[in-house]
Order: sequence, then structure tokens, then C-alpha cells
Amino acid sequence: MWEYTEKVKEHFLNPKNVGTIEDANGVGEVGSLSCGDALTLTINVENDIIKDAKFKTFGCASAIASSSALTEMIIGKHLDEVKDITNDDISDFLGGLPKEKMHCSVMGRDALERAIANFRGEEIIKKEGTVICECFGVTDLEINRAVTENGLTSIEEVTSYVKAGGGCANCHDDIQKIIDSVVGGGIQIIEKKQERMTTIKKLKLIEETLEREIRPQLAKDGGDIELIDIDGNTVFVKLCGSCATCQKSQMTLKNYVEAKLREFVTHELSVEEA
Amino acid sequence: MKPIYFDNNATTKVDPEVFEEMTPYFVELYGNPSSMHSFGGQVAEKIKEARKRIADLINATPEEIIITSCGSESDNTAIYSALKSHPDKKHIVTSMVEHPAIKNLFQHLEKDGYTTTFVPVDNKGRLNMDVFYDSLSDNTAIVSLMWANNETGTMFPIDEIGAELKKRGITFHTDAVQALGKIDIDVTKTNIDMMSFSGHKIHAPKGVGGLYVRKGTKFSPFLIGGHQEGGKRAGTENLASIIGLGKACEIAKGHLDDGYHKLRSLRDRLENALVEKIPNSFVNGDLENRLPNTASISFEYIEGESILLMLNEYGICASSGSACTSGSLEPSHVLRAMGIPFTAAHGTIRFSLSVFSTDEEVDLVIEKMPEIIQRLRDMSPFWQEAINEGKVTV
Repeated sequence: MWEYTEKVKEHFLNPKNVGTIEDANGVGEVGSLSCGDALTLTINVENDIIKDAKFKTFGCASAIASSSALTEMIIGKHLDEVKDITNDDISDFLGGLPKEKMHCSVMGRDALERAIANFRGEEIIKKEGTVICECFGVTDLEINRAVTENGLTSIEEVTSYVKAGGGCANCHDDIQKIIDSVVGGGIQIIEKKQERMTTIKKLKLIEETLEREIRPQLAKDGGDIELIDIDGNTVFVKLCGSCATCQKSQMTLKNYVEAKLREFVTHELSVEEA
Repeated sequence: MKPIYFDNNATTKVDPEVFEEMTPYFVELYGNPSSMHSFGGQVAEKIKEARKRIADLINATPEEIIITSCGSESDNTAIYSALKSHPDKKHIVTSMVEHPAIKNLFQHLEKDGYTTTFVPVDNKGRLNMDVFYDSLSDNTAIVSLMWANNETGTMFPIDEIGAELKKRGITFHTDAVQALGKIDIDVTKTNIDMMSFSGHKIHAPKGVGGLYVRKGTKFSPFLIGGHQEGGKRAGTENLASIIGLGKACEIAKGHLDDGYHKLRSLRDRLENALVEKIPNSFVNGDLENRLPNTASISFEYIEGESILLMLNEYGICASSGSACTSGSLEPSHVLRAMGIPFTAAHGTIRFSLSVFSTDEEVDLVIEKMPEIIQRLRDMSPFWQEAINEGKVTV
């Protein structure tokens, strides 16, 4: 069980300012269902003073408490006063968060930044930089910022703050390099090292997986498979040999071929019969 | 506040009868069964009786039971023994939904050079039998498949699998930690070579488990040392706990008929009422074929940890497949393997009942759950979105 402070529990069980401001002039949205937490912050600003703020949050207790705390921290304040609020400020307001939950406070900070940018008519801050963590879509800039601002020294800490590295772990080397570059005094962004899944790379991986993993298994039953086309993340294949007439071919396609391709290429793939 | 304990797949309370049976063996009758004096010797008799009780629950002989410290030790013992018995075979097979005791052990062995197959499951958590049978070869050293899943209660067709593996001459281990005592297990009717179980899931204390090893199965011990457990597991016997495990098995055998019908109907009532009262909720697992005590229910557009902490305010104990509760960032590997969509996986709650669960407790959960879910949905940006998009089933 998490050790939450009394203040976290209070803001979770009796959150302040839940809802949506219908005529809000600033909106900040962060997170997604797949990531496991998301926050929509709406603010109403008059003469650069935040007159009202409301939130809707999908997430754990600390995500809800961080959102509630954020609204309490900004209502009635001048934009200049709140623009530099950090995730640590939100965490401090709550008497601290377990380190694995720091990403909840980062989410609050990000939502505030976006809401203010939205109010000012600025382009909502787009994720720039190179995606380092494919699982949670975290860029080198975001990791660098978290490491710099919070003095992080390990991959584990980076995962706690911005989630990067919390999925397949393939990006751990790149995260370590960012940490090293910051600790080493350089704030420079590392060269793009993460291999992005380009179409050519995807095609190659699919072919390799078919050859190495899938064909030998199908061959045991006298079957075979042919790659017909790739459209985005949809892979079109044709089952041949005994597989072509097998009643279970649909099952083979979805439960086996698709599962294997997702395992070795990317989770986003789906397989269709051509 | 007396807790409403609906988390019995995590651990169970020690049955007071079990506790009573154990009590003399700490301060008064603390002898070592290996000793030559009768003070030690008398406890050896009690261990013999316990072993008989354990064996009786699964219709094994006492010689086929090795007592261990926990389910994980039993799993490790079984797998390493099979690998040692077949040094030339380098392929091992399990499923994608195993308990970490097996899952992580297999991943560990993969790093040691073994080829592993993690057989996928369908959206009800049923094993993909085609992929499973296709994966087997002369190089397969062992197949390890759980009898019942800890998160959904879904049971694999162990009878059928055992028969097929016997035909092919492949060693078969099953992790029956969740199944033991909840369903009728008869090892003379099912072709299992080795089967792990654990005391604390069946109202015995933590720190004691066991491994059934069919007579004639090649076996190498995991813990080397003294001659205890017939030379199959070194270490001075955990006397009181072993006696407790024996008693718990005896009691469980008595519950197998009536007790579990009652438990099933209690679970079904809880499940049906929640799914009926709460829109956008559904039950996970193979409804036709699962443990009588487990209910895995997904509530869309909200997150499990929040649900658990609100239940906690009423003293209701359950668990969740959500990422946030475990400290990991992704929902449970079981729900992901089943392809439960993210809209629901994060909001999945497991209620696991026991023979001590009551109608009043179920009533309270049925009463509190809808308001908790509604409160959290009112806070969730995705709930309003779902309403707007007409995705809410009322």
C-alpha cells in the first residue's frame, strides 16, 4: 500500500474544484487512457488573474490529489505568480508524494503550462525533440527537463517522474545517456540515438519475424504464410499450404501471427488476411 | 471497523481451528523430529499425520508430497528439477498469464540460454491450444501451466493437457496455488508430474507450501543439505506450520462439496448485482470455467487504485489489475495478454471471497460500489466523453 500523506488523502477523498468551466478561456489537456492517467484543466482568466480553475482527472489517488492541489494553488493568483510552479511545488503542497508517483505532479505542472499557453493564444506546446520512450511517448527534451529540474540520477527516478522507461525497457540506455549528459554538466540534448520505427525498418522486422518465428511453426503443420502488403500498421498476409484451408486459420492469424508480430515488431500492428 | 476481506487470492486468514492445532508446537512441543529422543520423536508423528492430510486432499500418497516454504519455492524446485533431469532439452513452455513465480523464473531461464514459449490466451483468458501443441517438440524439457489464474480465476484444461503431454512423454508441472482446496483435484485421474501449492491461500499460515511429485518422476532437490523430506528438501521442518497446513487441507476437503456451492452463489450474486447496477462494467475470464471464489470486474473510464482506496474507506479489501497499485506503469500482464482494452484494464477490480465471506458483506459491497464508481466517473474526463459519444450503456 502507498504511504500517502494526510493531505493527499484529504484532496483525494474530498477533491476541490472538480468539473469543467463551460466558458473557460484556457484549457490544458495531458495524458491518455492508455497511459493510465489524464488531466483536463480549465481556467478562467481575467486581467491576468486566474478567477477560477476546475479539473477532471482519470487516474490514481495521487493524480486526483495533485489536480485538486493545483487548482487550489492557482485560483486568485496572477499568471506571473503561477507560471513557474514546478512539480515539486505541487508535491510540497501535498506534503510530498511517494517517489513512484511523482509523475502525477508532473502531469499537473504540464496541464497548467498548456492551459496558460492556450489562454495566451500560443500554440499549445507541442512535444518537440525525439521520442526516446516509445511505450509512453516521452521525448529527450522532457526527460532532460525532469532530470535537470529535479536532480534525478537514475533511470528508476526518471520513470517515476515522467514514466519514460516504465514499459519495455528498450530505451534504458538512452535515458542513462541523458542522465550522464546532465550530470556531466552539459545541458545539451543528446544526438538522436533511438531508432524510430521507420517504414523500412518495420518491413524488415516483419519479414525477419515471419522467417524466424512464424514460418517454422506453421511449417510443422504443412502451412506457410506470405507477406502481401503493409499499410501503416496493418499487415496483410496470405496463409498458404494447409493453413489456407484450415478452419482455425482466423485464430492462427489473430492469436499467433499477430501476437508474434506485435511481440517482435511493434504493439500497434494488426494482421489482416489479404 | 472490522474489515470486509475480499482479497483471499492474495492471502487468507488462518482458520481458528488451524491455529488451535498449531499452538502447542511453539512453546511446549518444540522438538526436532530428527532427534533420537522421544521428545523430538513425538512431533515426527504429527508431521506424518499432516503429510497424510495433505496427500488425502489431492488423492496422492504421503511419499509424493514434499513440504516447502512457499509456492514460489515449489515452482522453482519443480522447474529446476525437470531441467536437471533432461540436460539435453533446452525448450520450456508456459503461458502468458502465469503468476510472477513462474513468469519471472522463465524469463530468467531465457537469459540462461533456454528457448521459451509463452503461449497466448484469448479474450476470456483461455489457452490457445493450437499454439500450445504446435510449440511442443522433442527438445521440450517441461511444460508449466497454472491450474487457475490468480487474477480472473480462469482454469486451464489441465486434464486434457496432462493426457496429451503424457502421450508425448513431456514432463508436466502445474501451479495449483489458487486451485487447491477450491476445486476437486485428484492426481490419480489427471496426468500431472508435479504440482505446486501454498498454505496461506487455504487458511494455513504463510511460510509453508508443498510440491506434489508423482511417484516415478525423476527428481533433483533444490535445497541441498540434511535428509529431511526423504532427502528431497533439506532444512529443519517448519513444524507448527506443517501441522497447520495439514489441518487446513483436512478442512478444505470437507468444504469441497457444500462450502463451494455456497461460495459460488455468493460470488455470482455480487458479480451480477454490480454489473447490473453499474453501467459500462463487465466480468473478465472464462465464465464457464473458473474458480468459485474469484470475480474480476472491469469498470470503464476510471482507475483501479482510486476505487480500492475509496473501498478502503469502508473497510472493504480488494485488489486491482491497474498499473498504479503495483508501482509499475502498465496494467497487469494477465489483462494485457487477454487484450482487455485500456479503457477497462486500468479500472479492473478483483474480489476474491472465502468460506468465511458472508451475505452481509456482499450486501455492503453491492451498496457502496455504485456510488464509488459514479464519484470517480464524475471526476474522469473520459466519462463525459463517453456519454457524449453515446458509449454509455444504461
